[in-house]
Amino acid sequence: MTTNTPDTANDNKWIGKRTIRPDGADKVTGRAAYAADTTMPGMIWGKVLRSPHPHARIKSIDTSKAEVHPGVKAVMTAKDIVNFPIEKSVMLGIQDMRWMCRNVMAREKALFAGHPVAAVAATTEKIAAEACKLIVVEYEVLPFVIDVEEAMKPEAPILHDFIRFKDKPSNIAGTLEHRLGDIGEGFAKADIVIERSFRTQPVHQGYIEPHACLVSVSDGKATVWSSSQGQFMVRAMCAYLTGLPQNDIRAIPAEIGGGFGGKTIIYLEPLALILAKKSGRPVKMTMSRAEVFHASGPTSGSYSTVKLGATRDGKLVAAQGTFCLQAGALPGSPIRGAAGCAFAPYDIPNVHSFGYDVVSNRSKVAAYRAPGAPIGAYAVECVMDEVAEALKMDPLDFRLKNAAKQGTKAAHGPVYPRIGFVETIEEARKHAHYTTPLPKAGKGMLYGRGVASGFWFNAGGESSAQVNINEDGTVVVITGHPDIGGSRAATANITAELLGIDYKKVSVLIGDTSVIGFSNLTGGSRVTYASAMVVTQSTERVITQLRERAAKIWKIDPDAVVWENGEARPAGDNAGKFEPLSLGQIAAQASATGGPIGAGQQLNTMGAEGGFATHVCDVEVDPDLGIVRVLRYTAVQDVGRAIHPSYVEGQIQGGAAQGIGWALSEEYIFNKDGKLDNPSFLDYRMPVSSDLPMLDSVILEIPNPKHPQGVRGVGEVPLVPPLAAISNAVYDALGRRFYSLPMSPPKVLATMDMAAE
Amino acid sequence: MDIQYVAPRTLDEAVRAFAAAAGAGRILAGGTDLLVQMRNGVVAPGTIVDIKKIGELTSIEETKDGGFRVGAAVSGAVLREHAKLSKVWPGVVEATNLIGSTQVQGRATPGGNLCNGSPAGDSVPAMVAAGAIVTIQGPNGRREMPVEKVPKGPGRLNLEPGEIVVSFTLPPRGKGSSDAYLRMIPRTEMDIAVVGCGVSLTMDGGTCTAARVGLGAVAPTVLLVEEAAKALIGSKLDDAALAKAAAACSAACRPIDDKRGTIAYRTKVAGVLLKRTTLIAAERAGGK
Amino acid sequence: MAKLHVSTTINGEPQEFLCDADQSMLDVLRGPLGLTGAKEGCGTGDCGACTITLNGRIVCSCLMLAAEAEGQQIGTIEGMAGEELHPLQQKFLESAALQCGICTPGVLMAAKALLEKNPDPTEHEVRFWLAGNLCRCTGYDKIIRAVMDTAADMRAAR
Repeated sequence: MTTNTPDTANDNKWIGKRTIRPDGADKVTGRAAYAADTTMPGMIWGKVLRSPHPHARIKSIDTSKAEVHPGVKAVMTAKDIVNFPIEKSVMLGIQDMRWMCRNVMAREKALFAGHPVAAVAATTEKIAAEACKLIVVEYEVLPFVIDVEEAMKPEAPILHDFIRFKDKPSNIAGTLEHRLGDIGEGFAKADIVIERSFRTQPVHQGYIEPHACLVSVSDGKATVWSSSQGQFMVRAMCAYLTGLPQNDIRAIPAEIGGGFGGKTIIYLEPLALILAKKSGRPVKMTMSRAEVFHASGPTSGSYSTVKLGATRDGKLVAAQGTFCLQAGALPGSPIRGAAGCAFAPYDIPNVHSFGYDVVSNRSKVAAYRAPGAPIGAYAVECVMDEVAEALKMDPLDFRLKNAAKQGTKAAHGPVYPRIGFVETIEEARKHAHYTTPLPKAGKGMLYGRGVASGFWFNAGGESSAQVNINEDGTVVVITGHPDIGGSRAATANITAELLGIDYKKVSVLIGDTSVIGFSNLTGGSRVTYASAMVVTQSTERVITQLRERAAKIWKIDPDAVVWENGEARPAGDNAGKFEPLSLGQIAAQASATGGPIGAGQQLNTMGAEGGFATHVCDVEVDPDLGIVRVLRYTAVQDVGRAIHPSYVEGQIQGGAAQGIGWALSEEYIFNKDGKLDNPSFLDYRMPVSSDLPMLDSVILEIPNPKHPQGVRGVGEVPLVPPLAAISNAVYDALGRRFYSLPMSPPKVLATMDMAAE
Repeated sequence: MDIQYVAPRTLDEAVRAFAAAAGAGRILAGGTDLLVQMRNGVVAPGTIVDIKKIGELTSIEETKDGGFRVGAAVSGAVLREHAKLSKVWPGVVEATNLIGSTQVQGRATPGGNLCNGSPAGDSVPAMVAAGAIVTIQGPNGRREMPVEKVPKGPGRLNLEPGEIVVSFTLPPRGKGSSDAYLRMIPRTEMDIAVVGCGVSLTMDGGTCTAARVGLGAVAPTVLLVEEAAKALIGSKLDDAALAKAAAACSAACRPIDDKRGTIAYRTKVAGVLLKRTTLIAAERAGGK
Repeated sequence: MAKLHVSTTINGEPQEFLCDADQSMLDVLRGPLGLTGAKEGCGTGDCGACTITLNGRIVCSCLMLAAEAEGQQIGTIEGMAGEELHPLQQKFLESAALQCGICTPGVLMAAKALLEKNPDPTEHEVRFWLAGNLCRCTGYDKIIRAVMDTAADMRAAR
């Protein structure tokens, strides 16, 4: 059963309570408007023509037949998109416009099967699709490479002439290195050294809602409705890629049907904008599920080598890791997450962590929940298991002995403030899951248990909020972050708590780019963290105003008024002299006392601090069929403060489920022609409900000292430990280690048979 | 090109419409394969003939001898709700209900599963094991053939132009008879069989007196594995007999390597499933 | 292309529409009929986000031709709540059984059909019944609990 934070653990009325989300009723009745649900009068449909080749020079594109096809209103190619020359980097967050302008539409070369080459807008979807077939593209087909190890070989086909590594043409687009101490000295002190290599396949975020947008351009001004993890990102990228100034683009965030990082970049929006501009008609574009798989970014496939050294008494003395990550068509693998997070949970004096960003002929990588970190942790946490075994130590005891704590210097830079990693291990160790023996092998089934830990940076960054008091004493809060999993409820909890009013009196809206100040992406586990900070400061300003208004009514000094329990009360010498004024009473007199009451705050939030988790997993293995099933799963995480425990648990459970898929059944499979062979939910096997057990989430609250409510980021850490936890459990069941994911039945059986021979 | 949709009330009308459409006609039963193929551009039918308004194709009848006639367009969910059929032919019913999700089970039909021509169709090995006879009607009248003779290769059938599968006839069952179907899929649901195995058998005093084995997804068509049946018949389903039958299944495999499984994996798993399916069928038949 | 004229019943109300012979029910619901509660997650029957009922049985509306609706009874998420939310809808809200919400209409349609058929399902039965409804956010835990809890509430209320 899920261990819940008791709702009565503190004096809070709303923070920590399981309130009903403000947007909930619309979402259970089918009324919530997602991007593909939006229409406009006169709307036409855009379709993308995609490259059938994984690597080909585009010699010419002839769109003349498509342009005259009845019903076609506009045709576009890369010529219509602003070109960012290779020589100069133009960054927006982690995305470089040189790569984005080549990713949304192939320029010199098609770099993956599914790369957009042209787009058409027509009166119906069918006509647009027919017209795409009338576009003649002359390709010079080039040799291709997809696998990361293959792409790093000197003889590999080179994707980009402009990428050089060690003065030679290369697919290695970048590197990243963290150093601490001296690993040579460290390994010399070690009694036990274990080095292993690991492989993972690209996996997709798997949001159920395909990318979709609707764009209208009138009088040179564009309105974009789309499904994204950031309307400001949509606006800025559309501005860069189309040349429109940002004030002429209004980006409206539709409800978003899942993202997990995959909607932190754009695909369709600039195409639809250009088609809308050319045709003079609103243009709607949606991806099919196959297009999502072929052409939106899964995370990297990887090849990693990790070496750990420990003394006989169980102390880690040195760690080395090399993490090669597949970027896809254009640079940008999450090597920072892999190389930076891999060793972050441990206090190791000597560390060398190195990442390679490697381009190859598949769709450009996009963020996926703690980007890169699960890949690094998979390798490190599996070797941790082997070292613990060699030391004859319990794997949790071994982790506890080496756990990072306040004051530990991490290889990726920081000296940790108060963190709760130790507590996650201790909690896991005493949890009923860990203390309950595994089922005995029987009926041909084998059982195993594995553990693993994980770290994610968490992000702060820019956020804006506005809190307005209505004349009837109700409250409207506007923030700038698409709500991907209940963040409106968390915002309402905080506002109601601070104002001391009923939760139901607070409405929370997501503002579009013309309504609210700049707010960075819904990503990096930052939304509740950062929203809470700007909403708290806005609300505190509102409370100051409320005290001032009461003071004015009472004709006393504002400093002599306190805000308590949802009302202004005279304090100090005036205590008890006036009847308290409720929010509603003050709001009703707002015009007479100085005008509307409301305040906003905009911040570049700092102090997000990392998050830690420890997971325990039991598996059942059918050794004759090679099938691994997860029987029991417990995830322990320090969340700082759970503003809305249900949605915190939901994040943890969802992350664990994605990890189970990554470990056991999900993978991109390419055919010999370099085309994705499983672009459907049928053959890209995400866990279905009957595959999983209940997912036990244990919330620990060790407050983040740098946050008003103590919040730490929650959403991403849960995907970091599962790959290794499951892998270690399978080892425990079979006595055979796996160094490659997914642990699919044919792979498990083949490994077992090899062992038997 | 104009696409036509027709939903005839009689089989004769359906056969006429289907024959008239020549190669451009497609039969719509549950539609769970056809609509996916249309969407993926694999087929672009000129005429869609919906056969779900025809009584004979959508009903389950007990035959005079105690067998069953199952209309080709009866959905898996309707099969499962037929208490007597589920009791007499549990393997056929469970196999048909493994096709897709609950949503798909409400639509997908044994006729469609067979005529899709996939060697991995779940209901087909169970029907083969059951010894089902397929009734077919076409422009030249009605004929019957054993179910295993219908598939010719992946996506291809031994049917004449204009012929429609009408029903499956399942024979009556004597005492001590039952059947079972197991498939291997990576997940617990929603996958295409990597290997599927149907076993139908009769037990008498602990001895297997009759058996049929159908094997799916290990060759271009679903196989009737007579060698495996021979190994079971006359035995007490002891380990040696099961091992021999399993080896016969593995030997019969002519699989491919693809995204769903490898040759080595399929070959081995065929034997594993044979043993497991046989024991379930024997248990249902009253124990070995 | 000549359109087909279809007369059907949607959420208890008579409804007529025109469609192409190869158009899916999902397309017609979301397009001309404006019933966008059914979502397209895959278009190939693998995700369940477009789940509706056809004569009381759940189907993927992406795998049904609109023409097949002639004379039939169709139910969509828009018809699930009366003046008040259906107990499943209410329980999903209280239990946070949705995150992004895109799979929710399909899950609710499927769960409602399950409870009508089986008022006391086991966890195993709920998990297998809903296996055709993909959810990527929740790991299913809170969905399964919400369905079981609703079933218990509804049994107690009878």
